[in-house]
Amino acid sequence: MSETFSLTVNGKAETVSALPDTPLIYVLRNQLGLKGVRYGCGLEQCGCCTVLVDGAPAFACSQAVETTAGASVETIEGLGTADAPHPLQQAFMDLQAGQCGYCLAGILMAAKALLAANADPSRQDIVTALDGHLCRCGAHTRIIAAIQQAAKVMGGSA
Amino acid sequence: MSKLTGSLIANPSMDRWISFLDDKTTRVASGKVEIGQGVVTALHQIAAEELNLPLDRVTLVSGDTDIGPDEMYTTSSLSISMSGGSIRLVAAEAVALLKERAALRLNCAPDDLSVVDGAFKQNGADTGLDYWSVAGEIDWSRAATASAEPKAASAYTIVGQSTPRLDLPAKVSGAAFVHDAAPDNVTHARILRQPGAEASLVSLDEAAIIRAAKAEISVYREKNFVAFLGQDESAVERAAAAAPLHAEWQNALNIPAAAAEAAWLPDQPAVERVLGDVDAPDVDGARISLTISRPYVAHASLGPSCALARMDADGQLKIWSHGQGMHNLRKNIGAALDIDIENIWAKHLHGPGCYGHNGADDAALDAAILAHAHPGQTIRVQWRREEEFGYEPLGPAMLVKAEAVVNDAGNPVQWTADVWSPVHVQRPGNPAVVMLGGQALLPPPPWEPPVDPGEERGGGGTRNAFPLYTTGPQRVRHHLTERAPIRTSALRGLGALPNVVAIEGLMDELAARANVDPLAYRLNLLNDPRARAVVARTGVIAGWDKRGPGGDGEGLGFAFARYKNTAAYCAVIVALTVEEDVTLNGIWTVSDAGLVINPSGARNQLEGGCVQGASWALKEQAKFEGEGMTTLDWDSYPILRFSEVPEITAELMDLPDEPTLGVGECSVGPTAAAIANGITHALGTRVHDMPFTRDRVMAALLR
Repeated sequence: MSETFSLTVNGKAETVSALPDTPLIYVLRNQLGLKGVRYGCGLEQCGCCTVLVDGAPAFACSQAVETTAGASVETIEGLGTADAPHPLQQAFMDLQAGQCGYCLAGILMAAKALLAANADPSRQDIVTALDGHLCRCGAHTRIIAAIQQAAKVMGGSA
Repeated sequence: MSKLTGSLIANPSMDRWISFLDDKTTRVASGKVEIGQGVVTALHQIAAEELNLPLDRVTLVSGDTDIGPDEMYTTSSLSISMSGGSIRLVAAEAVALLKERAALRLNCAPDDLSVVDGAFKQNGADTGLDYWSVAGEIDWSRAATASAEPKAASAYTIVGQSTPRLDLPAKVSGAAFVHDAAPDNVTHARILRQPGAEASLVSLDEAAIIRAAKAEISVYREKNFVAFLGQDESAVERAAAAAPLHAEWQNALNIPAAAAEAAWLPDQPAVERVLGDVDAPDVDGARISLTISRPYVAHASLGPSCALARMDADGQLKIWSHGQGMHNLRKNIGAALDIDIENIWAKHLHGPGCYGHNGADDAALDAAILAHAHPGQTIRVQWRREEEFGYEPLGPAMLVKAEAVVNDAGNPVQWTADVWSPVHVQRPGNPAVVMLGGQALLPPPPWEPPVDPGEERGGGGTRNAFPLYTTGPQRVRHHLTERAPIRTSALRGLGALPNVVAIEGLMDELAARANVDPLAYRLNLLNDPRARAVVARTGVIAGWDKRGPGGDGEGLGFAFARYKNTAAYCAVIVALTVEEDVTLNGIWTVSDAGLVINPSGARNQLEGGCVQGASWALKEQAKFEGEGMTTLDWDSYPILRFSEVPEITAELMDLPDEPTLGVGECSVGPTAAAIANGITHALGTRVHDMPFTRDRVMAALLR
């Protein structure tokens, strides 16, 4: 039977109704309209669906909605918009850090968590933070450079 | 007068390409689609440049069967030269026609007029006329004539600039893909796939599947096509996950394990052809040969395929797909469902990078079948991860033997290549091609021998099989496997990667035999100055002159090719370390792509090609046995990770007056070949079979 869960999504209180074991991704995409949460594998192997749950990267494809009751969830839509982008989003656009772009939403959320914990990450820190994320187009070096640029803009190494 | 392009000859009417809209913008259309390569951004630049308009006055519509030209597929690194060439000619002609019309109205000569932001000026003064105020007086259904001379490259202000990608803002902030385009009342669907074209469904325990869904779903079953539909996506997903356990099939695939290896190919019946200098007499001398192989490989798109479809009350079937050619997709869907193609509208929406023919077209037919059976409902088919890995067409395995006859000076005087490969292209649009949904519904068509793309299109298995080097007579024997054990189709570069690995490997062997530096050896055998420039420049930026003697585990490998021998020139140097695994330490690549529209975008393609080529060379093998694929997730089908990608330096030669040469696929083969040569340099012995895994490296050392 469906149950009701209350959670905060991108700063807004939301109440959703779903079977407790429903993966969070379907609730976010189909009930809350947050289509930037991308389905990749359902197996925690690619990182496409990464969102932040209480600030930490989490796989929305496998995390049951019941485990996020009362939690604060942040998706790419909460990071910034095309018109008012977050420095990370701006850096990715500036450097063309992506090709098809399917991996980027998850990577951006992981990068946000990284910069929150480490304002001036080294290349190795970024690689470590992103090693669970796949990019099939081969934009890796640009993605790393964009995160470094964003860190600079955000003041980490200024 | 310029020459009409192929896609303008096929779509001559100017209104297929260009429209002047009431809001004082100009809409330009292309049949080519964005697959992550930045083509829409580049075509948009070309259009704005030639129209003398700022970027924000031009919109670029791509992949729309109603309002755009049919340009077949977005393939073979042809989009900028073909579609861009067409847009350039149409835009130049449109400007000339508009100017002529304005001049008539103003009773002046066209040359008296200049254009600022679409407004006509005479001696710098406003005339009150602009493109849009005179456009309505021109019949745009006229055929393009290529009579107007496009701008000289020296006048470009937009082309040649790294303008921002048009599609990235959406992709870094929210909904951006066909996957995200469904309306709220959409019907979600998942498919139970038929395990092979001959398989027939004996029984299906629908009650058990419905129970597993844990919420309301319906089961659609027609012959061997089965789908689960419902409003709750998680319920149809649960149904699809449970379904294989509750389905019994007869005559499912049963593939012997050996057939999954490239070594299986030479023993198979094949369509035999000999190409090149077939009549040249055989030359005497020492014969040096090298045999290499590449296994079956997957497109492995990061997102499984998805499509939307709706059958409207007026009988119009609408399809939204991330396939590479909407016009051909429409033809195949029309044939499968027996619908006149005039009643089908296919629109491209962005998808995860495909690098060729993946599951996108099949997913579109799935959605169309279900929409046809459920009029009025928008159907969203989302493939599952194991479905994408399990049912996408594979890039064919290949075995290539290159043999040179060498003279006393150590130089080749005859070159022969044997290429064993299944067919490289089985896209929709070819009437003989049946997509998965059609295969489940229709009786199989009679078997016909496979047909690879012709040499005039760059070939399939023979792509890049002829070296650009001076070698004396060149022959290629193409052994096109009659019956592949599994469906194969286009994957980035087709046969170029294995052929370049073979050629460049043999070139290194010949250089070593002649005791000449491999880069110097190649320069000595290259006549084309542009090829020589790319080779030499790559050596400079990679520090080739500091290359060590090798054999100590540290390798520096070089390779060069001109993609299809007609597109971009590309050389790659890879620095690597071989311990048990191969670790990449750096990649340097230089390309001559002629006129470059968007330099950052072109370098992005070079870099991405390096990563994908490295991933294929080092890690990837799609495996199958028995009923089908066994590499069904990212653990069993690993690709290169962030921790495995080195720093990449990509450079473009500056030749804006030369025609654009497609750059999208040129670095893939040279990267794999440079890795093969780098490993050989590091170890003192060659590893012949890709992927160059720890096991293969160890086996080579023990040989």
